[in-house]
Amino acid sequence: MIVRMTVFTILLLATLASAIGVVYARQQSRLTFVELTRLGNERDDLNFEFGRLQLEQATWAENNRIEQIARGKLGMVSPGAVDNIVVKRWTQ
Amino acid sequence: MNQRRKPANARTRLYVVLAVLGLASSALVVRAVDLQVVRKDFYQEQGDARYLRDLPVPVSRGTIFDRNGEPLAVSTPVESIWANPMEVLEHADRIPELASATGLDEESLKQRLVERSDKEFYYIKRHLNPDDAQAVLKLNIPGISSQREFRRYYPSGEVIGHVLGYTNIDDHGQEGLELAFDDWLAGKPGIKRVIRDRMGHEVENVELVREAQPGRDLTISIDRRIQYLAYRELKAALAEHHAVSGSMVILDVPTGEILAMVNQPSFNPNSRSGADPSHRRNRAVTDVIEPGSTMKAFTISAALETGKWKIHTPVDTTPGTYTLYGHTISDVHNKGLIDVTGVITYSSNVGAAKIAGTMTRDHMWDVYHRFGFGEVSGSGFPGESPGYLPIAKAWGPVEQATMAYGYGLNATPLQIAQAYGALANDGRLRAPTFVKGAQNPEREVVDPTIAANLRAMLETVIVAPGGGGATKARVTNYRVAGKTGTARTAVGGGYQKKYTSLFAGMIPASNPRLVGVVIIREPQGAFYGALVAAPVFGKVMDGAVRLLDVPPDDVQSWYTAAPAPARTMREERQAPDGPVDTTIDDGVPQE
Repeated sequence: MIVRMTVFTILLLATLASAIGVVYARQQSRLTFVELTRLGNERDDLNFEFGRLQLEQATWAENNRIEQIARGKLGMVSPGAVDNIVVKRWTQ
Repeated sequence: MNQRRKPANARTRLYVVLAVLGLASSALVVRAVDLQVVRKDFYQEQGDARYLRDLPVPVSRGTIFDRNGEPLAVSTPVESIWANPMEVLEHADRIPELASATGLDEESLKQRLVERSDKEFYYIKRHLNPDDAQAVLKLNIPGISSQREFRRYYPSGEVIGHVLGYTNIDDHGQEGLELAFDDWLAGKPGIKRVIRDRMGHEVENVELVREAQPGRDLTISIDRRIQYLAYRELKAALAEHHAVSGSMVILDVPTGEILAMVNQPSFNPNSRSGADPSHRRNRAVTDVIEPGSTMKAFTISAALETGKWKIHTPVDTTPGTYTLYGHTISDVHNKGLIDVTGVITYSSNVGAAKIAGTMTRDHMWDVYHRFGFGEVSGSGFPGESPGYLPIAKAWGPVEQATMAYGYGLNATPLQIAQAYGALANDGRLRAPTFVKGAQNPEREVVDPTIAANLRAMLETVIVAPGGGGATKARVTNYRVAGKTGTARTAVGGGYQKKYTSLFAGMIPASNPRLVGVVIIREPQGAFYGALVAAPVFGKVMDGAVRLLDVPPDDVQSWYTAAPAPARTMREERQAPDGPVDTTIDDGVPQE
């Protein structure tokens, strides 16, 4: 009788513990999922921000614009033929 | 008395009641089993369908970078405002507010909502800037929501529009590399299962059915700086010569990578409407032209391969015309007795035709075919044309002669560039590629000695006094080899009095690094390749070799960083500014 009661109690407690465990795991999984979603969104937002900045940089660095500033505002020119001196490594 | 009879009656009643109760409870059990076991799936599904939703998790499309990591196509998130028309119409008093916030006409907005009042979803305005979308949502109009979408931006605009192509409003590739690499760039939207309430609000995330797989980035072989140079010079040349259209292709010789590919007229891929559809075509890959005199390089390759012809074997082109079965082939100038090199230098149609006459048509076809004519190059660009090289059996003697100087067959500018690339790469042809680092395998199409001979001949076109006249293709400090060409535009079975000017060249001639092909269609006035196409090559390459740090092979001053001999002045080459022979021997456009 005592043996049976003990076994029953142990099983009852084990069942209870497992039930609470399930609830706990479920809660944890939800929390983690929320966290995952948040971090995912944060990552995406940062990526989008990066993309926007890249886009902005590319727009500023547009060749046509650079050329106009270089030639027009700064008066830069391409080096002519005589300005080119080629340095060659000396070999015996 | 009556009561005494009751027991019997009572028992019957009891049984009746019990039977009724028993039936009722078994009916309940049956019903319960029916609901819970037999039709469980159906009801479960129906229940889920009322609050569980599978929602897509949008992913952004991969960025396209140029070979130096400069972004060429970037997706950024935008918001699309959508409405549940029924719900909005219930609060019709707020429509004016909505109209002014989205900048739409109030009347037409209302009308469109009424038309769709039996639907649950209608886009009010797509691709709004996120800040503007927030402003609309802040009005808190019932039935209005926003959805995240992506819009593609091309910071280089029309400079590289043809190569990249574009995407449609749903971010699917429609043309160009956007289409060719759509699977790679697009990624896979994830699916998440959520619980939603009656109003459509997400109450709980249940599970992630499929993880979102963002689009992968793509690094293409184009160099944005060279691309811009080519774009600028080609556009200027078209304006100068009032030409209809034009293309330019630049290949990196050792790898076959396409460094630049531009076409005119162009279009702005950032705007979806407006452009003439023909402006969106990547003519360098989809449109064919007759290669004209640029073909002579391959005819001479074929001739040298037979062994019957050497570079200095004489060819008599007197009197500058050559009649074959009633068909007259003519040169611009009668150059008299010249050698095989001279056929290239002076672009003699007569010489090329006579040389072709000594070869079998199978051999000529084989050489042309080995150089990639008549076959899709393998660049993988959507809509690439294979060009047209008729089978050898179909060639008569006249066809064989005209094909020798590039008539009767056609090719895309990219194919011509690929073929010249093989000459530049010591006879090894490598199919061009649009992806950085994705080299196609190379195969030997012609002996390295023949390729070297051809390069030397092609250099005479640029430097020889009175040569092909392509002095405008020159680049300071570098040796250039190349060939001009002029072809009549073939239209519906005949040739019109319209021309295509071509130039195909390589730089530096001593050890080619770049191959460039310039095509300008229907220039007005001057139409010879030497005057129209060659200058574009010279101007673009001047910048390209500097950008790529290609060592010069023809400098006037060398500084040798050594104790002795401190400075060597190289003998200056024949002055280009001298009395330059202005005769143009481009190969006469023939009928």
